Amino acid sequence: MKPAQVIVIAICLLLSATLLLAAAGDGLWVTKVPDKDRSRPNPFDASPAAQTAGAKLFKQNCSSCHGDHAEGKGHHPSLLTERVNSATPGELEWLLTNGSMKNGMPSWSRLPEQQRWQIVSFLKTLQPSSTAK
Amino acid sequence: MSRLQIRFTVMSSLLALLLAFPTRPQAQENYFVTYTHHMEEPGTLEISNKSVTGFPQEGNAFLGSAMEFEYGVKAWWTSELYLDGQTTANESTIFTGWRLENRFRPLMREHWINPVLYFEFENINSADKALLEVVGHDGISDFLERNDRSEKEREAELKLILSSNFKGWNIAENMIAEKNLSNEPWEFGYAVAASRPLALTASPNPCTFCRENFSLGAEMYGGLGDRYSFGLNNTSHYIAPIVALRTPQGPSFQLSPGFGLNQNSHGFLLRFGVSYEFNQFANLWRK
Repeated sequence: MKPAQVIVIAICLLLSATLLLAAAGDGLWVTKVPDKDRSRPNPFDASPAAQTAGAKLFKQNCSSCHGDHAEGKGHHPSLLTERVNSATPGELEWLLTNGSMKNGMPSWSRLPEQQRWQIVSFLKTLQPSSTAK
Repeated sequence: MSRLQIRFTVMSSLLALLLAFPTRPQAQENYFVTYTHHMEEPGTLEISNKSVTGFPQEGNAFLGSAMEFEYGVKAWWTSELYLDGQTTANESTIFTGWRLENRFRPLMREHWINPVLYFEFENINSADKALLEVVGHDGISDFLERNDRSEKEREAELKLILSSNFKGWNIAENMIAEKNLSNEPWEFGYAVAASRPLALTASPNPCTFCRENFSLGAEMYGGLGDRYSFGLNNTSHYIAPIVALRTPQGPSFQLSPGFGLNQNSHGFLLRFGVSYEFNQFANLWRK
């Protein structure tokens, strides 16, 4: 095999891997959540006060990337999706705590755990949109 | 153009810049000297000013400042540029150099203890009074000489940052190794800190001065000698409570009175800082 062919194949493999990672990046985190975290209940559950506080925290910390109404912004994903809607509170809190750093989602462990649960309370009020990116 | 016009132009430009960009108030630093594992969000630029003022009995009062430009390159990589300057009463106001630092978070998930690797190159001179860290045999005697920029200090600095979050508390420990590249020995230092927001649960009402926006903490830092004389002998140490306010739609403020713990330390240092974040800075230019 000629060196040029090796280079072309290597580039193709690299691009394929990148595209696969990019495609998988949006939802792959769900599979990484440990079972004990997945089943953790939200201490605030559907408390209206927690949802309101969560909306405030979302606006302060998350809206610059995910949009004011969680509709997504630029290359940052919408949260008005079936995946977020069907995720357990424990899964969402795990994602906020750990982030998905390889995909650009930072860890929000700097926020106290209670505030992360308040954001989860707000996220669970979001309805999936058919136009979600 | 008169000096007044120049000042007005600069202030107007800064104000316009602040108003032109969307902001998010949650600056990630809790402390002045100690680093945590919290990184800058990717694409976000934070501009902050960290100042320290001291009043040595046998020298002139000084104000050391570091203007910090911190950018989140990746969720696990933060890069910073510092521009240092100082003013000393009855002497002069001078630019003292720059620092370039990078912090990397090797573990992609939150753990009980989260390590961060820190690399810095400093190109400052001997008149620098920013006091961003204390290493080796640094002490008050360095601040008693008149401003002198003749000695260049090109230094490499490594830090191992360990940081944990537990029940609303952040606890951080930094181990510092610094080397002047002009054939000086390695110098060592440390910094430890803890802080906690006044409230762990956010209020549902919009508010600027609610308890969740305040945090209280303290940090302790000092030198540990050098390669040939490791230990506490002839080193300086400080303990400093810190109060921080993160306003929801504006800048963050920090204030920290520091107290020297031995004869080699300044008796009292007052640190204050303000920081402001420009969200998704990179995307604004892409548009």
